[in-house]
Amino acid sequence: MRASVTAPSRLLQALEAVRDPELDEPITSLGFVASCTVSDDGDAHVKLRLPTYFCAPNFAYLMVADAYDAVIAVPGVRSAEIVLEDHFASDAINGGVAAQAGFVASFTGEAVSELDGLRADFLRKAVMAGTDQVCRPLTAAGTEPAALAAMTLGDLPPSRAADRLRQRRADLGLPAGDDAPLLIDPATGAPIGVDGLPLHLRKAKLTRTSIEANGSICRGMLAHRYDNTRGQGQLTPAQRDEEERQ
Amino acid sequence: MYQKDGEKYFVVDSHMHYWNAAPDNWVPGAEQYAKGWIECFHAYQGLGPPETHWSIEHFQKYSEDDLMKDVFEDGHVDVAIFQPTNLREWYKEGFNTTERNALMGEKHPGKFIYNTNFDPRDGDEGLKQLRANVERFGSKGVKLYTAEWNNGSRGYKLSDPAAYKYLEAAQELGIKNVHVHKGPTIWPLDKDAFDVADIDHCATDFPDLNFIIEHVGLPRIEDFCFMATQEPNVYAGLSVVIGGLMYARPKFFAKVMGELLFWVGEDKMTFGSDYGIWEPKWQIEGFVDWEMPDDSELADYPRLGVEGKKKILGLNAAKLYGIEVPAEAQLASDGAAKQDDAQLVEG
Repeated sequence: MRASVTAPSRLLQALEAVRDPELDEPITSLGFVASCTVSDDGDAHVKLRLPTYFCAPNFAYLMVADAYDAVIAVPGVRSAEIVLEDHFASDAINGGVAAQAGFVASFTGEAVSELDGLRADFLRKAVMAGTDQVCRPLTAAGTEPAALAAMTLGDLPPSRAADRLRQRRADLGLPAGDDAPLLIDPATGAPIGVDGLPLHLRKAKLTRTSIEANGSICRGMLAHRYDNTRGQGQLTPAQRDEEERQ
Repeated sequence: MYQKDGEKYFVVDSHMHYWNAAPDNWVPGAEQYAKGWIECFHAYQGLGPPETHWSIEHFQKYSEDDLMKDVFEDGHVDVAIFQPTNLREWYKEGFNTTERNALMGEKHPGKFIYNTNFDPRDGDEGLKQLRANVERFGSKGVKLYTAEWNNGSRGYKLSDPAAYKYLEAAQELGIKNVHVHKGPTIWPLDKDAFDVADIDHCATDFPDLNFIIEHVGLPRIEDFCFMATQEPNVYAGLSVVIGGLMYARPKFFAKVMGELLFWVGEDKMTFGSDYGIWEPKWQIEGFVDWEMPDDSELADYPRLGVEGKKKILGLNAAKLYGIEVPAEAQLASDGAAKQDDAQLVEG
């Protein structure tokens, strides 16, 4: 009976909300979740894997810590163990997250600040990349720069990309309501006027290219490292193309 | 010299290595790092064409003969520039030191250029060593790792006063080119090692030095591009861009090239194979054959023609290092940048 309280699929669903902060993509679709199980008593076990032994430990820490928070919040889960495998800092990260010690305490003498600033930097990049995602179809359809500069978030046609952009802006404490300007400086929240628009869009496009190219390298390395075995919830290339179209 | 369709390409491989990462060179107690490091490099090789993949044993330690064959005999390279990486904490004799490079290179006069390195945290001793290295190896360039640890210090900024002292000394010694690794790294743990703001300051304050940003700041190409576009003496080192993307991810290769051509321009991009991660042969042949795909998503990027490819593959680096280019490989025009076909479309 208990087994039906918390199915592994619910864990996986919870893990879909955990993103690689650098790539702004769920750890599930990236293939970083090697396994996730939950016992009848509600003890959850998640194994994570990354593209290389030396992937940046600060991002790795954030993913393990976020995975812990996501899994422990699932109804019926009484304990959560998150294990990052095959990484040079596995012990420090796994132990630190299990003890809820924070990043600095997990790397005694090696780190001097927590990772909130890093996370915010990458959310700002995600806002720029998301701006390109929602604006590209508009300019392709002939929307003039003056019209684009005057648009609000509420003017956007509904799409997954639009939802994502709002969410990232809200995470940063930036205006995210229907009446908020579509184009803003992610550092200050100031609206982008029609004069600043060409450069802003150019930067948005470049930022998206950078994140996506980086993600494609990471996926290639992961596939090579784990001999193309799929992670839990990992997207196939066809599913990935489908996601991109939405 | 590489020839294709009647065109001659003088090739300077401005970023390559001769390392020993085999178990006989691992520092006792640090074996897992030495092993993990080279396995990580080996995974990058997996992004190249399958027929160019090596076994891990071969990858850990390739021979002098392998290098001469892969780079010069088969690889079309005319002059190769060694970029050293010490990593003495993990590798007993270092991973890929200037000494190791020069020991090999001196048997092949005219083929190699030896860059050296420095660390501003090494004080006066380091300055002495830099002088000795420049005298011994004739170095015109240095390779720097600003994120490297040194006696409890978690990296440095090239704009620090101590670094300026070294840059001034290097300039006096005749160093022209400063290659800075701004790319994938491990330490420091909590700082963003890809931050290129320090280069922005140096490039302004040392207008007679050239700053070549290796791996174009990957995975943060955007930060690099925003900075490089404002500084005339900042260059994009293409190692990893061609090797890591051209074969494995052609769509992203086109986009990244498009962005670099737009923000940085073909006069300031230099080819580097990153050998032994990837062999130069397929990279050079593929790059000469490459065209920006005909795709609406790529329509507002500048195009790259034969002249641009000649510059990127060798002529730009030859200028930086004062390498003589045979007359038949020089540009028909005087090499002036042809920007008129670059469509700076905005919005």
